[in-house]
Amino acid sequence: MTDQGMFGARGTGDTSGYGGLVRTAASTGSSERPYGSYFDEVADDLERAYPLFSEAIERVVVDRGELTLHVKRDKLVEVSMILRDTLKFEMCMGVSGVHYPADSGRELHAVYPLLSITNNRRIRLEVSVPDSDAHIPSLVEVWAGNNWHERETFDMFGIIFDGHPGLTRILMPDDWQGHPQRKDYSLGGIPVEYKGATTPPPSERRNYK
Amino acid sequence: MTTFDPYAPSRDTTEGTVYSVTGGDWDSLVQEIGSTKEERVVVNMGPQHPSTHGVLRLVLELEGETVTEARCGIGYLHTGIEKNMEYRSWTQGTTFVTRMDYLGPLFNETAYCLAVEKLLGITNDVPERASVIRVMMMELNRISSHMVALGTGALELGAISPMFFAFREREIVLDIFEMISGLRMNMAYVRPGGVQQDLPAGAIPKIRDAVKLMRKNFKDNTTLLVGNSIWMKRTQGIGYLDLAGCTTLGITGPVLRSTGLPWDLRKVQPYCGYENYEFDVITADTCDVYGRFLIRMNELEQSLRIVEQALDKLEKLEGAPVMVADKKIAWPAQLAVGGDGMGNSLDHIREIMGTSMESLIHHFKLVTEGFHVPAGQVYAAIESPRGELGAHIVSDGGTRPYRMHFREPSFNNLQATSAMSEGGMIADIIGAVASIDPVMGGVDR
Repeated sequence: MTDQGMFGARGTGDTSGYGGLVRTAASTGSSERPYGSYFDEVADDLERAYPLFSEAIERVVVDRGELTLHVKRDKLVEVSMILRDTLKFEMCMGVSGVHYPADSGRELHAVYPLLSITNNRRIRLEVSVPDSDAHIPSLVEVWAGNNWHERETFDMFGIIFDGHPGLTRILMPDDWQGHPQRKDYSLGGIPVEYKGATTPPPSERRNYK
Repeated sequence: MTTFDPYAPSRDTTEGTVYSVTGGDWDSLVQEIGSTKEERVVVNMGPQHPSTHGVLRLVLELEGETVTEARCGIGYLHTGIEKNMEYRSWTQGTTFVTRMDYLGPLFNETAYCLAVEKLLGITNDVPERASVIRVMMMELNRISSHMVALGTGALELGAISPMFFAFREREIVLDIFEMISGLRMNMAYVRPGGVQQDLPAGAIPKIRDAVKLMRKNFKDNTTLLVGNSIWMKRTQGIGYLDLAGCTTLGITGPVLRSTGLPWDLRKVQPYCGYENYEFDVITADTCDVYGRFLIRMNELEQSLRIVEQALDKLEKLEGAPVMVADKKIAWPAQLAVGGDGMGNSLDHIREIMGTSMESLIHHFKLVTEGFHVPAGQVYAAIESPRGELGAHIVSDGGTRPYRMHFREPSFNNLQATSAMSEGGMIADIIGAVASIDPVMGGVDR
């Protein structure tokens, strides 16, 4: 892993001219009722079906016409089961990891977009865990299709999904070091060895600074 | 093994004897296996194999010819597109996403741009003409993508003629793409806020002719395959996956519709104005490869219907803008297709280099730095030829995406390989995988 990214880019590589200013991704505050659209109905149904609602759901965010439920990780499986069986969110469209290094204590987020075919609705679950204890319960038991998505998120972010039937790397080679899509993993290259000759990575060959 | 065989050398491991078959001559291997008492054979198929639909590796455990376990190995085409996009401006992102699922570039671009527009809050400001062009291009792209699915699927099952016809039709579509965007594939034509440039003069009559020609040509493949007894024997009852299997595995697209569920995001959650087009959602109730094949065949006609309606709309919208009016977002370069492909129009270069310094500054700022996108996260989904293509984008308010993730239908649907093929014959795996129609560029990203 190189200290400096390709093309001399650091961080997000924002070239807007304010080189010294570091932009940190701010988390939006929770939304107040009424949420609008079908979101109130979803929240009401979930509260009725799940008595521990206020304990399990940390925040409810409605932004740009989308509902996000921030769920505590130890309640994730219970909430998912109720969303699947009672609220008819039959499909989970995978997992997307996000790394917020500045958000101390909640550095790693896992985002699950859910789809209800019965009610034609979409919501999103979000779980955040500290980098030092990057464990999230696996949802493969609830939605089997999450299998590969969780493997990908493990591969790219190093989030360990407890209870996953076979949590191994999926896109990167098995012996790869590090988790490439984390923010502390800079864009760069590794030396390529072919027929005995070694070619250095682009980040070391050229410097566009 | 007593003598060294150059076609099938073997070595003994703790797991048993491993044979590496490198030549085309399988006879010696078959003989060798026949002499052992072991019935269980583990076969590694791919990633370089003409029947695995790209660089897909299948690890198959066989009892005789019956598959007892099938596992996929992927990642051979991983290019780090999601990571790379965090280092490029929002507009540059289109050139990356277009290379993911290389058979459906316009779908990748549109899903990405719809998500960016949602983050910017300009979904309703995208001009109607741009949306109509997007729809037309996507439906043409659906035809070319389904053509590859049908052609390669048939080829993998041993039928060569359907592939010739399919690629002939695909060529017509690619020629249209070349006429409009200057490129046949990976065109980065859809941009946040609209499309890169308007249709060239005379495009609409040419597309109308192409639609007529394709409608006539499609009959060649229909008569070849629909009701063909060999084709039906190879596809009926193969790769079975019912509705419960599809929902738990998150399967969408033709595989889901082959269970009889008319789930098509163009109808149920319309985007780009799909609610204004008349078309049918094609379903089958057989849950098998043949059903999925029929769905793709019939979707071709529906796509042609949508293209015709889009052309009617475009004639009425002649001269309307194809990019948002906001000059802080719209790409300043007035692009044009020249003799050597697409580039800045000469008039625009004359203006920024010769007459207006402000135009040059504006152009330079927007092209090198890009525009800012308000912080937040969105998920935008569209119906790609393979199912739900979702773009999850997180912005920190900067000029580059903070995090990009694509919910690729190929990636997700490929998980069904085990469920579709275990317990069946080894020859039927090929049909099952072909009916999922995975594009490895999309799977691995």
